[in-house]
Amino acid sequence: MATEASSNLKKVQVRRFKPKEEPEHNYLNAEKGIWSWLTTVDHKRIGVMYLASVVFFFFVGGVMALLLRTELWTPAKTFIEANTYNQLFTLHGAIMVFLFLVPSIPAALGNFLLPIQLGAKDVAFPKLNLLSYYLYLIGATIVVYAMLSGGVDTGWTFYTPYSTSTDGAITAMVFGIFVIGFSSILTGVNFITTIHKMRAPGLSWSKLSLFSWSLYATSIIQILATPVLAITLSLIAMERILGIGIFDPALGGDPVLFQHFFWFYSHPAVYIMIVPGFGVVSEVITTFSRKHIFGYWAIALSSLAIAFIGFLVWGHHMFVSGQATLASMVFSFLTFLVGIPTGIKMFNWAATLYKGSIKLQSPLLFIFGFFFLFLIGGFTGIVLGTIALDVHLHDTYYVVAHFHFVMVGGMVMAFMAGVHYWWPKMFGRMYNEMLAKIACLTIFIGFNVTFLPQFVMGAQGMPRRYYNYIEQFQIFHQVSTIGSYILGLGFLLVFIYLVKSLINGEKAPANPWGSRGLEWQVSSPPPQHNFNHTPVIVHGPYDYHQPMDEFQLGLAESGNGHGHADHQDIKIDRDEPNREL
Amino acid sequence: MELLNDLLLPPARSTLAQQTDTLFWFVHLSSLVITVGLLSAIIYFVIKYRRKSEDEVTPLITHNNKLEVTWSVIPLILVLICFGWGYKVYMQQEIAPPDSYEIQVTGRQWLWQFSYANGAQTTGELHVPAGRPVKLVMNSTDVIHSLYVPAFRIKQDVVPGRYTDMWFNAPQPGEYIIFCTEYCGTAHSDMLATVIVHEQDEFENWLAKNAGGASKPADMPPAEWGEMLVQQYACTTCHSTDGTRLVGPSWKGVFGSEEQLADGSTVVVDENYIRESILEPNAKIVQGFPPVMNTYKGTLNNEQINAIIEYIKTLK
Repeated sequence: MATEASSNLKKVQVRRFKPKEEPEHNYLNAEKGIWSWLTTVDHKRIGVMYLASVVFFFFVGGVMALLLRTELWTPAKTFIEANTYNQLFTLHGAIMVFLFLVPSIPAALGNFLLPIQLGAKDVAFPKLNLLSYYLYLIGATIVVYAMLSGGVDTGWTFYTPYSTSTDGAITAMVFGIFVIGFSSILTGVNFITTIHKMRAPGLSWSKLSLFSWSLYATSIIQILATPVLAITLSLIAMERILGIGIFDPALGGDPVLFQHFFWFYSHPAVYIMIVPGFGVVSEVITTFSRKHIFGYWAIALSSLAIAFIGFLVWGHHMFVSGQATLASMVFSFLTFLVGIPTGIKMFNWAATLYKGSIKLQSPLLFIFGFFFLFLIGGFTGIVLGTIALDVHLHDTYYVVAHFHFVMVGGMVMAFMAGVHYWWPKMFGRMYNEMLAKIACLTIFIGFNVTFLPQFVMGAQGMPRRYYNYIEQFQIFHQVSTIGSYILGLGFLLVFIYLVKSLINGEKAPANPWGSRGLEWQVSSPPPQHNFNHTPVIVHGPYDYHQPMDEFQLGLAESGNGHGHADHQDIKIDRDEPNREL
Repeated sequence: MELLNDLLLPPARSTLAQQTDTLFWFVHLSSLVITVGLLSAIIYFVIKYRRKSEDEVTPLITHNNKLEVTWSVIPLILVLICFGWGYKVYMQQEIAPPDSYEIQVTGRQWLWQFSYANGAQTTGELHVPAGRPVKLVMNSTDVIHSLYVPAFRIKQDVVPGRYTDMWFNAPQPGEYIIFCTEYCGTAHSDMLATVIVHEQDEFENWLAKNAGGASKPADMPPAEWGEMLVQQYACTTCHSTDGTRLVGPSWKGVFGSEEQLADGSTVVVDENYIRESILEPNAKIVQGFPPVMNTYKGTLNNEQINAIIEYIKTLK
């Protein structure tokens, strides 16, 4: 063996730090009062504030969805006017996309978990993190203001020249989303820096959790795509306020140019929404099958592949927009390529279950819901990527059903799985498992009853964003409306038992699921600075063949918890491990 | 299969529709096979490998390159088939045969207008000959619309400031619905039209009878012509003639009445007010209605406006 001087290996003394059960001090009670929350730079508290905010906007967007579905009970007016209906579907889309889906997993769960999974005390720029939360809040407030003062009826896509000519508070709305975009960019910058620079000793790239990998891929998209949205929205504002002709043909602009700009952001944004969900799937599926992930690198790198190819497929939203047939051909081709890494993930997850030790608890049930719904969402994406079929199906309910299967069936199910999986860690309390299973089943059934009929009516020709519709579609609309009520009940049930858990839920152990992930090697809820020692990583987070105590190691000396990335490999002195039992 | 086709797709009434449907079923059924396969594997694993005791140990299986290659390459081949096939059919959808019969289409909020070479003009009804390729050359006067005929499996956006085109060949006479599928404002969902496919000689007759377009047919009283124009320009999409409240105020009994305006003032509905409302719709908005109507300046001439006013007078 080489001597210390000539070797890459650094010798460190480690000992075991067993997480305390029911700790007296944790991040929730470390500081008291509302002011301590509002000025906190603790990534966990910021994560919790994001969680509360996105849940609030999910509720608002969800109520709007129920109003829309109720209006569609009859082919003509049921109870609201056409203009109100048009404003409602615009706001439902804008709120769900910009205020719920984009920040949900990265900003809420990601903020809470990423630093702990890296063995760090916080993100790289804690104050920037708080700033991005406030930007989100300010942006959201402006959006709410726009809703209440005049409303917006353009659809969440803001297509020109309609959006530059219609009345309503479009400029305010666009400005709100512009501000939220900066929140998204700052979170991305923060996460990338954190992953590069804040990993605990021994935590090499090959030991990074797949959730962290997915956040890494997501952050790249956030940084590269969101500025384009900001530019596009500024151009709209310039056209509306200053009358500069960019998109409006009456002023010499090109309306289709807007669609290119818009989808250049908004297609990658679809991956901002779904890729973190993929990360949750990998975590939950390994924990509840107690097994090493199958194809670690295939899953980690396919996230990056999706992030990069995802930038080159925006034109598939525009097959019938009048863009060149050659462009449509290229975009169709690239769209199919982005399907492959997604398929690879599905196969690897299924293979992970093989010979596992599978326990059907609620987080895993939500993941199975994800599998079923996301498969349908994915394959109908292949249908829509096939140009000749898209010509028929574009802007019909088939597309509406498709993206709800991906966004709700995929992303929201993954989010629910994540919330149920990490809930005990975040709040130190368990929830009612039986109710969770019932809610999962209710949501799954409600979802399918809502959206499967939409595929049928879409293929038959029912266009989207229709206030009135022809009578032959009524039966499908009515089934769909009933489904949406079931879906709503399911989410309500989740809300009720989670609130109940906060009030008087059973105390959660540090590691209720027996996971090997680093976040489970600290107390529930975690201490204020995550670790009171510097964690040392010797095994990957999915090494279920290794004993649990080897996942709880930390530097034996100077346990102040200042974790830092160490690019040298670490040799653990295993001969005299000073272990505490 | 026939039954499934009827459940999922509208009747196929153009020469290309059948090809789209075959492709539709190919992609859906091959997806179904993979979905069922993968889900069965997952369900089988869940049943077979359910946790029996809390101290179960799982084997270490990290990866398998052969499997990774298999489940990358096979889907890749499948999607390339979808791509190639889809592109081939798409090119047929896109390129109109050189001998196509051309019709000009104008989309505007919220109606479809069709103009023929001999000056014939219709609104909301697209008359075409059967068994002959028809090419639509399309343009919008305001925002983006999209013309969609489900029975023909075709759709194309209609964009202001540029021409787009689409074509079809409907072999049998019949009537099929046209939807606008690009969101275009308040009455987007009422922007419907009908394709009426005639036998060739029947179509020639229709065309000859409607030659000339916008001038007043001889010996027709102005009010009657006004009623025709109101249908033709789809005024009734937003203004009812029986008192029903639509996007705009109903015309029933409106002439001579006093209306409360949005700015608090009142106006008596006379010839001048109606004329102003047609040419400058947002000048005086009746309270409780959105200012969404577009000007008909340059679309309707004086003679036509007079006829419409005469017609409104008859709606007591």
